[in-house]
Formats: sequence, C-alpha cells, structure tokens
Amino acid sequence: MSSVQLVLDGHTIEMPTGTTIWEAAQRSGIEIPSLCHQPDVTPVGVCRMCVVDVGERVLAASCVRACEAGMEVETNSDRVRAHRRKLLELLLREHPLPCDREQTTADCELEALGRAYGLLAKDATVVVESALPGHSVSESIRRPTDLSSPVIAVDHQACIMCDRCIRACDEVQSNEVIGRTGKGFAAQIAFDLDAPMGSSTCVACGQCAAACPTGALTDRVVTLPLAPRDQLTPVDSVCPYCGVGCAVTFHTAPTAPSPAPPPHQPRLTAEDSHCDPPPQIVFAEGRTSPVNQGRLCVKGRYGWDYATHSQRLTQPLIRREDAYPKGPLSSEVAGSTESRRRKPGGIVDYDEVLPAFREATWEEALDLVANRLLAIRSEYGSPALAGFGSAKCSNEEAYLFQKLIRAGLGTNNVDHCTRLCHASSVAALMETIGSGAVTNVFADVARSDVALVTGSNTTANHPVAATFIKQAAKRGTKLIVVDVRSHPLTDFADHFVRIRPGTDVAFYNALMHVLIREDLVDADFINARTEGFDGLREMVLENYAPHQVASVCGVPVAEIEHVARTIGTAGSMLVFWGMGISQHTTGTDNARCLISLCLMTGNIGRPGTGLHPLRGQNNVQGASDAGLIPMVYPDYQAVTDGAVRDRFSHAWGKPLDDQPGLTVVEIMQAALAREIRGMYILGENPFISDPNLNKVRQALSRLDFLVVQDIFLTETAEFADVIFPASSYLEKTGTYTNTDRRVQLGRAVLQTPGAAREDWLILCDLGRRLGLSMDYATVADVFQEFASLTQNYQTLSHDNLGETGKLWPCPNPATDDGTPILFTEAFPTASGRGAFVPCHYQPAEELPDREFPFVLNTGRVLEHWHTGSMTRRSSALSQLEPAAFAAIHPSDLEVLDITSGDRVRISSRRGEIELAARADRTIEPGSVFIPFHFREAAANVLTNDALDPYGKIPEFKFCAVQIAPCN
Amino acid sequence: MCFGFFVVFRQCQSPELVGFLLLFVVNGMDRVLTDEMVSEIKALFARYPTKQAVTLPALHLVHRELRQVPLEAVVEIAELLELAPAQVQDTLTFYGFFHQGKPHGQTRAWVCRSISCHLRGADNLLEHLCDRAGIQPGQTTEDGKLTVEFAECLGACDFAPCMLAGEKLHPCLTKESIEDFVESLG
Ligand code: SF4
Ligand code: SF4
Ligand code: FES
Ligand code: FES
Repeated sequence: MSSVQLVLDGHTIEMPTGTTIWEAAQRSGIEIPSLCHQPDVTPVGVCRMCVVDVGERVLAASCVRACEAGMEVETNSDRVRAHRRKLLELLLREHPLPCDREQTTADCELEALGRAYGLLAKDATVVVESALPGHSVSESIRRPTDLSSPVIAVDHQACIMCDRCIRACDEVQSNEVIGRTGKGFAAQIAFDLDAPMGSSTCVACGQCAAACPTGALTDRVVTLPLAPRDQLTPVDSVCPYCGVGCAVTFHTAPTAPSPAPPPHQPRLTAEDSHCDPPPQIVFAEGRTSPVNQGRLCVKGRYGWDYATHSQRLTQPLIRREDAYPKGPLSSEVAGSTESRRRKPGGIVDYDEVLPAFREATWEEALDLVANRLLAIRSEYGSPALAGFGSAKCSNEEAYLFQKLIRAGLGTNNVDHCTRLCHASSVAALMETIGSGAVTNVFADVARSDVALVTGSNTTANHPVAATFIKQAAKRGTKLIVVDVRSHPLTDFADHFVRIRPGTDVAFYNALMHVLIREDLVDADFINARTEGFDGLREMVLENYAPHQVASVCGVPVAEIEHVARTIGTAGSMLVFWGMGISQHTTGTDNARCLISLCLMTGNIGRPGTGLHPLRGQNNVQGASDAGLIPMVYPDYQAVTDGAVRDRFSHAWGKPLDDQPGLTVVEIMQAALAREIRGMYILGENPFISDPNLNKVRQALSRLDFLVVQDIFLTETAEFADVIFPASSYLEKTGTYTNTDRRVQLGRAVLQTPGAAREDWLILCDLGRRLGLSMDYATVADVFQEFASLTQNYQTLSHDNLGETGKLWPCPNPATDDGTPILFTEAFPTASGRGAFVPCHYQPAEELPDREFPFVLNTGRVLEHWHTGSMTRRSSALSQLEPAAFAAIHPSDLEVLDITSGDRVRISSRRGEIELAARADRTIEPGSVFIPFHFREAAANVLTNDALDPYGKIPEFKFCAVQIAPCN
Repeated sequence: MCFGFFVVFRQCQSPELVGFLLLFVVNGMDRVLTDEMVSEIKALFARYPTKQAVTLPALHLVHRELRQVPLEAVVEIAELLELAPAQVQDTLTFYGFFHQGKPHGQTRAWVCRSISCHLRGADNLLEHLCDRAGIQPGQTTEDGKLTVEFAECLGACDFAPCMLAGEKLHPCLTKESIEDFVESLG
C-alpha cells in the first residue's frame, strides 16, 4: 500500500495514501475538534470546525482533505483557532442555552467547544458576555419543537445542520427518513416530506438522537429524568429481545430521587448498584460489538421499562380453594365477546385475575409444587409430567430446567418455543448437514455477491441484522427477497419475488431445475462434499420445470429463470430465512430446499456464503444448545443413545428416561387427552403463543396441576395452581447465545422486586426438593457444569467471554473471537458429506374455500415481542403500536365494503376474533396478516395446529379464514 | 424506503399531510404523474450516471407540466428514482424555483432586482406591476393568470431594467411596457 509523508504540527509522519488529515491527527494523538464528522459514516465536511492550515489561501477541512506528500499542516495555530472561534460564535448566537442535550446528558458538543474556546463560561451554561454580547434566542425567530414522537424530542432551534442524523438514518440504519428542507435561514431537518416525526416513516430506532451532537434530537424520558453519564452507573449487557443479541449499555440511577449530587461526589461503582435504593434504568445505548456495531432498534433502546412495571409479580401465589374447578379467569382469556367490547386493548386486568390467588411464602409454594408433581409421578408415572422452558431465559436456566424435568421428574417431555419457530429448520439442518446452527454470521452478508432473504420480515423481526443486509445491498450485494409480503426490505431488493403462500418447495425446486438444466451448479463441490445429488437431480428435472411451477407459485417463468441465473452465476450467496419458511406443515421441506440450493451451488463453508436461519428469541440457539428439546440432551446428544444417556445419568445422579419426549403442541394435545396431568411452565405463554387457542384453553383447564414461573400474571398463569414470581432478564446474570452462535454475558442491571427471585435459584430450590443435587455457588458454576457436558461450549466460561462474547466453537477463547464460518472442510455428518433430500411440493393443510376464502398469515410487528407481556408494558412500545389490527389489501377492503380502521370479525374453523382492519398494500390480495401479540384479539384463536411431520412445528403461516364487518 | 408501507403500518397521529398521503398511497388514488411524464423521466435515466442524478431534471419536467410539484408527485418521483421521498423533497426545497401546494399562474413573471436593474428603477417597476395585478411578489392573481416574483440577475444587464415572463425577456422595462404586458394577459 502506498503512503505519503507529511509534517503535522512539526512532526514528520507517514500515512497510507487516502488517509484524511483528521484521521492522521487522530492516529498521531492530536485531537482536532469536529462537529459534523463521525468516523462510521461518510465525511461530508459541512461544519468547517475541523479546519487546519495547510499553507493555502484558505483553511482546509481536515475531515475531508486527504494527506498529501510534503504537506505541512498546522492544526492549532492562531489563524486556525480564530477561525474556529468565529464559527462557534455564529453557531452559538442562536443556540438555546442550555439546550436539551446539555440539560439532560450534559454532553452538547457545541457547548463543550464553546467552553473550550472561551465563549461560554467554564462551569455553567452562560455566555461570556464580552465574547458573545447580547445572546438571546428571541421568540420571533425561534424554530419549532416537535414532541410528536414518543421517544425522541426534536428542537429545531438547537440544530446546527451538521447532517449527522441524516447519515445515521440513511447510512447506518438505512431507514432514509430524514432530509433537509428549505435553504439559508429557513433550512432545517425534515422527516419525510416535513411531517411531524411521530407520524413520519420513522421507526424510532433512536440512531439519529444518538448521533446528534446538540439538543436538536434527544431521547425522551422513559422512566427517570435523563442525567449526565458520570452521575449514572453503566452496566454492559445484551438486549433482552431478539436473536440478534445487540450489545447494550444500560445507564442506571437509584430510584429514589437523590438531591443533586455535588460535583465532587464519586461516581457510583457497579457494586454499589445493589444497595438501597434499588436502581432504575435511565437510558440505554448501543455498545460497540461485532454484533451490532453500536446500533439498536426501538425495542432495545427504549423498551426496557417493563421490568419495573407496577404489575410485576412480587410474591409466590397459590390458587384459592374457591377458584376451582380451574379455568380461565379474565373474560378475554375465557373468550367472551363481552370483554372485547369492554376493553379494546391492553394488558391483563389484575382485578379480574388476582382475587383467585392468595400470597404464600416461598417455602409453602415450593413444597406444594414438589409434592404435587411427585404425587402425579407416583400415581400416573413420569410420562404424565411435562415442562416448557423458554428461549428468553439464559443458557444456565435452560440447562437447569431440562435437568430438573429429566432427572427430577424422570421424563423427556421438555420443550420450548423453538418448537414454534425453527424446529423444522433445525430438523432439516441436522438431517442434511449434521448441525442446526447457522453456518455464517449475519454480518458476513457484506462479503456476499448475492443475499437471498426468504420468509423473513427482517426489518421488523431482526431490525439490526436488517441494517447490515440493507447496507450490503446498497454497497453492491444483489439482494433477492422471496416473500408473500412486500415488506420494507423488498425496497432494497434487486429482485423481489412474490410467491403464493405455502408454495416455497415448488419455487425452489424450479430454481434448482434451472440451475441444473443450465449447468450453473458447482460440480466440484457436489462431488467432493455432498451425497444424494442424483436423486434430487432426477426429481427436479422431471417435475419442476419453471413452466410446470409458474402457475402454482404465481411467478412467471422468466422471473424464475432470471433469479436462478443470478444465483448460479454469483461467486457467493448467503441465505437468510425466518418463520415464513419454517412455520408450515412443509416447514422441514422448505428448509431442505434452501439447503439443497446452497449445496448444489457450493455456497457453504466460504466467506459470504451459507445458511442463516434468523433466530427469533434472544436465546433460541442457546436454549436448544442447552437441551430444552425432548429428543436430545445438551449439545444435541440423543436421549436414545445408551452411552450418552449413561454419561448424563452419571453426571446428574439419576436414572433417565430412554424415550424421546413430546413436543410443545403434542404436550398440549396430551393434556387435552388427560395423558399429561402436571406441567411446569417457565417463562412461556402458550395461551397466546400456541396455535388453536380454544383447544389450548381446554387443555390447560384439564391439567391436574400447573405451576407457572413468570414475571407477570400471563394469560397462561390464569390456569395455574401455583405461580412463582421470577426475575426479568434485566435482574440476572447469565449467558445467551445469539443467532450467530455468539455466547454473550447478560449482566444484572436491576434488582428483583419484592420476594421475586432469580430463576436459577428457584430451579435449584425446587430441584433439591425433587431429590437432585443442585448446589451451585454462583450461576457461573451452572455454566461450568453445562459446558463440561458439551463439545461446543467446553472451552467457554463466564470469565473468558470478554466484553462482546465468543462464537462457538471457540477453541482458544483467550485469544480468539470464535468461529464465524462453519464447515469449511467437512460436515459433522457420519460421512462428512452434506446430503441432498429431495422434496415434493405439497399444498398447505387447510386451503381457502368458499366459506373461508382468505389466507391468514401471522407474525410480529417491529414494536412488539411475542405474547406482548413485556412490550405491552413498555410505555414507548405500547404507545407506538397500542392495539391489535388485521392488515388487509385495500382492494379486498373495498370488495368487503370495509374502511381502514373499521372493526372486523375474522373467523376460522377454530374460532373468531374482532379487531380493527388496517389497509396495507404490502399484503397480497386474498391474504390477511395479523400480529399475534395482542390478547384482546389473539391471532392464535384462528391458527391451525396441524404439524410438520418432522419438526413438529405448527402451521402458523397458513390457514383459511373469513372476514366480515362488525355491526 | 417503503413509504406506503410505513405510512399505513404505523398509527398516524393524523396530521393533514399523512392523512392525505395515506389516502393517496393506500387507495391508489389517481396518480399525478401522467404516463407521458413517467416515460419522459425514464428516458432520462440513460443520460445520467445514477437515477438520483435525474432528480432535478425530473422535478423540472413535472414543474413544467403542472406549474408546481405537489407532494404526491414527490412521492411518485422518489419511487421512480428509487429514492426516499425525503431525499427528493430535500433537493426540491433548496430551490426557490419550484412551487409546491399551489401551481403558479399561467404566466410567471420574474422582475430582476439585482444591481444593474436596481440602479435603473427596478424596485418601482416591480411595485407597479404588483399594484396593477393586485398582489404581492410571490403571489398569484385570483384568476390564476399571473404570478409575480423578483429575480436575481437575469444575465441581461445590458437591457436593464428587465423582466422574464415565461420564456420571454422583456428588456428595458418601463411603466408603459408593463401596462402592455398586463393587458396582453387578457
Ligand atoms: S429514529 Fe431511526 S428511523 Fe427515526 S429518524 Fe431517527 S434514525 Fe431515522
Ligand atoms: S438534528 Fe442534530 S444531528 Fe441532525 S443536523 Fe441538526 S444538529 Fe446535526
Ligand atoms: S468536522 Fe470537518 S467539516 Fe465538520
Ligand atoms: S441585474 Fe438585472 S439582469 Fe443583471
């Protein structure tokens, strides 16, 4: 690489060609003040604060001027300083003093520079009268403020037009909301076409407010008033929501308003944070990590106040005698239409539910649970018991939970919500390439020629991963989106293929047909690393020519061929998929097709290639790794393998069940049939999350004994005999494994309220009562025991995860980040080869007909999470998306004579719900999309509990419904 | 940026702008850009290095036809150029040339007020024209026939004071020639 030599403030330095003077100074330890420049976005050179003297007629902006050979640069001469001072004088003349940023986090960069250049007094935000005489922002010229967004305050008067917010929104998040409007004095930033921020297309990610140097864009208060960082306690942790696992720093303060601390007061240390008064989070910030590079989405940045919501459970609860026979308690969960009319939205009405329970001590509650579970075991046998763990809990908790169910209750009936999201993907991956994990990390998309995203509304479900995909697409990666909805990512796509719901297998088979027919496959890879190609070849050549498939999946022949050629001629392709692939009765087949597609084009094991099923919850990967799966122990070791079983039986000191257990939906069916009598549900809410809720209601009511461990009275807890008040994510330390296989440490930020306890402690106390030895000094010891029983976690411990975690497998955690790309040489299958598994197209289980003519698709929205128990109690998130709705194409609304906003009744063969219709052109006519978070109109009342035969995943993405206006 | 999607997908606090865009985007109300305009804009793509570079030519083209660039047109242009509406609006609002919200009159008259014309009495002439038309600079007559604006140097100082009306330069302006001009509008 060529370099240039120059003189910087008298020192001769050498820099690679193209380095800007600002960067060169930075590297030489010289600070050049800047306002518009930020290292992670394109320099624009608009503020001129960073000017330096390069011996020319005018000063040069160092953030955009490259170093030149022989240049002599003065960064801090009198001439330079005089220029900067004048500039600051002009900027400060109309600056509100102090601006919102200075008043809250006290880090307005403009005011800091004003102080450094003697325009503002050093210790208070007042002007030095002689330097800036007569400063005032008169009302007549004052620009407006805009408080329409619930999370960000806009004060145009404090804006210095530095462009940082625009680049944060465009380049970092690729949301492209902010621009400028007007010119000269009238110029200001504008959202969309100068709409109020709250009604613009802004998705409230907060990146702009994080980038703004002044009080123009600031975070609004979520809990306590914002305060300067040095008065708060920072805790580095990980976001509790999705599988992306963004690194976050939570800044906390004691809850009780303390008098303003004198300036000399020492900063609180992390240890102090656990004495009274309990801490509260004041604000959250993205942390630099390979995962998110400091980015966050609205949930991570603003959605954490659920943890201190007044409805938190603080005492163990036991159902009162008079609340039997058991059944739902609130009218919404009971399914009465009356309630829906009474309450259009919201959360559990505690007045309705709480009277059915009485408070108890931990001793009483734990004893009762242990006795009842053991009694069921002795009366009906171990198979009559089952447990649901949760992918929201840590690896340690998942490990302890499955240990408790397997060793303490003697059954493999232990499963969790992965069954409802990626079970089919994992089944296909295990079968074909021997491992259910992602092969490449998502950020690897930057190196892909082609990215295929299918069945994933990524900007809503994995918002920060989506920013990397959007960025790659803008930088030249060809983005192919195959979906039934034209969601926001399709705007960045080179090819958006809208296929008919449920026809994925046909479509991918046709792509493979073209690839084989036109010899666009990677013959070397097929020969060296795969098996079973001939079977697939024959099948797709014979049955899946584009013209045979076009009418099935609604994609023209030419488009199929074009996409196939794009894939076939690309040097590398990375495939992302979500629930649109997995949540079908053909979910495993869908995933098999994607795997075959990668195998035949040699797109595994290299940079920019691979298979990435985007994991939904924060710890889906980890909970599965830790053995919350009925067929396998930790690390996917089969319960049916005698040697494996002996090893675990030895480690846990109990004989173990040799039969694979039942899966989530099967457990519900068994409860309905009274084959399952007792259940332990930790952090899951099947009453909202499982398909066909009317059936779930009956199943839960029929259980002899149900213990629910959660942080709120969930809809499922209404059926409980005992409720354990647990800890929220923010109150405990533990590890979580993100979608990339990155094991990260989440740290306790808050204290558990009242008598609520950390989940792992509850599990240990109950485990001991069930006769297990569960004596761990710390949660790190639990991790140690778990890791020692696995291959992939063996080298890891709480101590060596570092600030940003490690990607398993990680042979040398001391020096290494772990393995970003798997299977570079071989697959972990018996033969070391990847297997092609040909699949024929099969239509969905329940097709639309005259009576139920619409296809129902369910999923999530950006602002909400799963069954809404957390996000609907987060003030910002619930303000942004307060109630249930059904998204329907305007042309269908017109035919049905429904106006957007009207209430409609949507029914399927299994039930009906009422909710507001919302016109949405991203939906294909003939379909309706309903997010499943909302209890008052739970989409899963309608869904079909038919299962994929391999992954046992229900068909959440397809069932037939009818839509009618409510009178 | 999927504008339609978000506008409808987020709850709107129903300011007029969004309300109207919602109507427009969602119900697929008649598009403002005619097929001809769309194909004229598309024909420009080949002449520029990027679609973004077509922003100004496209704005001019639409402005020529509609005598303004309404917000709906901004959204449609953005869609054609694969930009965010904010980016197109950003460029548009930088130029005083473009009208938005209301079309300018059938004739748009620019009276120069820069130095040469100023020295030769442009201010009085501008005032006179405004008086005759019964409007202020920047406004349009009620019958929609005339918009009067002031201009910076028209590059015709040798004919100062002067005025550009539509495409036609009116050199060496006098009160009389202004009378004639107003009359000619009928
Ligand atoms: S909050 Fe995010 S989406 Fe909204 S304007 Fe700021 S950067 Fe853009
Ligand atoms: S709002 Fe803040 S970041 Fe955006 S241009 Fe103004 S000062 Fe810069
Ligand atoms: S920091 Fe260089 S011009 Fe703004
Ligand atoms: S000053 Fe009027 S044309 Fe130049």
